[in-house]
Amino acid sequence: MSIEAKNITKKFGNFTALDHVDLKIPSGELVALLGPSGSGKTTLLRIIAGLEFADSGTILFNGEDTTHRTARDRRVGFVFQHYALFRHMTVFENIAFGLKVRPRNVRPSKEQIQAKVHELLRLIQLKNLAGRYPSQLSGGQRQRVALARALAVEPSVLLLDEPFGSLDAKVRLELRRWLRQLHDEVHITSVFVTHDQEEALEVSDRVAVMNEGRIEQVGSPDEVYHHPITPFVYNFLGNVNLFHGRIDEETPAIHEAATGDLVYVRPHLLEIQRQPNGGSDFRAVIKHINSAGPLVKIEALSEWGAPVQVELSQEKFRELQLAKEETVFIIPKELKVFQKKAV
Amino acid sequence: MTFTFKKRSNLPGFGLALGYTVLYLSLIVLIPLAATFLKASSLSWDQFWHVVASSRAAASYRLTFGASLIGALINLVFGVLVAWVLVRYSFPGKRLFDSLVDLPFALPTAVAGIALTTIYAPNGWLGRPLASIGIKSAYSPLGVAIALTFIGLPFVVRSVQPVLEDMDKELEEAAASLGAGRWQTFSRVVLPTILPAALAGFAMAFARAVGEYGSVVFIAGNMPMKTEITPLLIITKLDQYDYAGATAIAVVMLLFSLILLLPINLLQKWSSSREEKTTALVAEDTQ
Repeated sequence: MSIEAKNITKKFGNFTALDHVDLKIPSGELVALLGPSGSGKTTLLRIIAGLEFADSGTILFNGEDTTHRTARDRRVGFVFQHYALFRHMTVFENIAFGLKVRPRNVRPSKEQIQAKVHELLRLIQLKNLAGRYPSQLSGGQRQRVALARALAVEPSVLLLDEPFGSLDAKVRLELRRWLRQLHDEVHITSVFVTHDQEEALEVSDRVAVMNEGRIEQVGSPDEVYHHPITPFVYNFLGNVNLFHGRIDEETPAIHEAATGDLVYVRPHLLEIQRQPNGGSDFRAVIKHINSAGPLVKIEALSEWGAPVQVELSQEKFRELQLAKEETVFIIPKELKVFQKKAV
Repeated sequence: MTFTFKKRSNLPGFGLALGYTVLYLSLIVLIPLAATFLKASSLSWDQFWHVVASSRAAASYRLTFGASLIGALINLVFGVLVAWVLVRYSFPGKRLFDSLVDLPFALPTAVAGIALTTIYAPNGWLGRPLASIGIKSAYSPLGVAIALTFIGLPFVVRSVQPVLEDMDKELEEAAASLGAGRWQTFSRVVLPTILPAALAGFAMAFARAVGEYGSVVFIAGNMPMKTEITPLLIITKLDQYDYAGATAIAVVMLLFSLILLLPINLLQKWSSSREEKTTALVAEDTQ
């Protein structure tokens, strides 16, 4: 089922959570709403779910206006960040809840419910834990139960609010691959909220980057990462060095506090050399070296006194034999310039 | 294997705290109760039976425990409702309303009794309309139940309120998104969560009502066999210097109360056990 949010505005007191937001989600896609906290992404998700209502604007499901329908009537599956499992029910009862509360005439039989729950337990790989209570499960297991509970009612849309937000790094990685796989199997239109750019880029078909109640850019992970259209998107989707600079005869260059255009360079797109190349290079003093990890992270101080982050391969690092307090030349391989008026 | 109370722990003062607790409970509760039993045992078994099983005493037990139970049940239902309204909605005068709940605690019971009697007496504000439709409120068992409901009100409200405040709103949203209606959400999600606290409040309201004297004696009319409560019967015996008889009835009251409170406590424990047994587990995986 496709989802369309049209011109949604939502205020909480004086705070504008959503400011005339438009978003189209085609049927069957897995879309990430990515943004820092306070950017309105959770509010947008809750408005799509019918847990919150917009001050103005409309929500369409398959072109049909659902703006005034409650969560109960929208047939959405919602997964909460803190699971929101019913503590006094077992895993089985939690998953069966949505089926058991159906009106008598459309409620499946006991056997059908049992079959459905067991099918879902197999899907979330928790077959042996049907009789446990939520508090006897780990965080990752709880989140999978919450997902199964949402899927049990066969929703037309699956909405996930920071689904992996309260899990530790390793479980998070596992679970997001699993979510991707699940989506490839079930093909249900899904929207998930996250503040983790890596998660958004890895899991989703498309990413909507949000900031201060507006959508900055919508596109495939590749598109938003490589062709960001606003400084915010570039900044948010990875580490970045911000310089002031200008465009010199069509080629951008970095200068200390120049005309005021903003120049962004990702740390891995800066090269370190012992010699100047006579072009866009600048001098810097190495202040800190962190060589633990796949890339060596170097913090340096530029000739005009701004901190610079550089990432280079272990190989290159060994080759250069860099040391602290050494003066080197830094050459940007790729620059991204946002002219002042665009900011 | 040596038996020790004390396990190595980061919580200091276990020995001291337990010592004070036992001493305190002994001084305040156990010793006076033991004295009651001791005094009652000065009667022979036949005498004891004659006192506690007299038809006047039996009628008073029925009234006291019956009216207390009715009062506590009314408070269970309306206490949960009041707590719900106080937690979930905001309305002008909410704070005033909230502090009004404690009034039955703060008011001297005699004042409550006089106030209730004035209102429910056959010529009172509420007593007159009730009397005109043939319901006798003051000076009847109904009056006793009204007084016991009044003094038990805060217990359920105050025990349910914090639980409702702590309850995650997401639970109700989850239930709604799964298609549950308002009543289903309440009965299947909210109620099981607040049940232990509501039962605890119910037990306290009931226990308080059983022992209540001051507010009841004014409104009850105190007719032997009809509207005489057990605590009044005890006072009457004391007035006649029949200390042994008074304590004999007190012992029976104690036993009845214990027998009634035990299952309530078990029920409460059962309903909260599913969440309690797991608090230890929660600590290890809150990531």
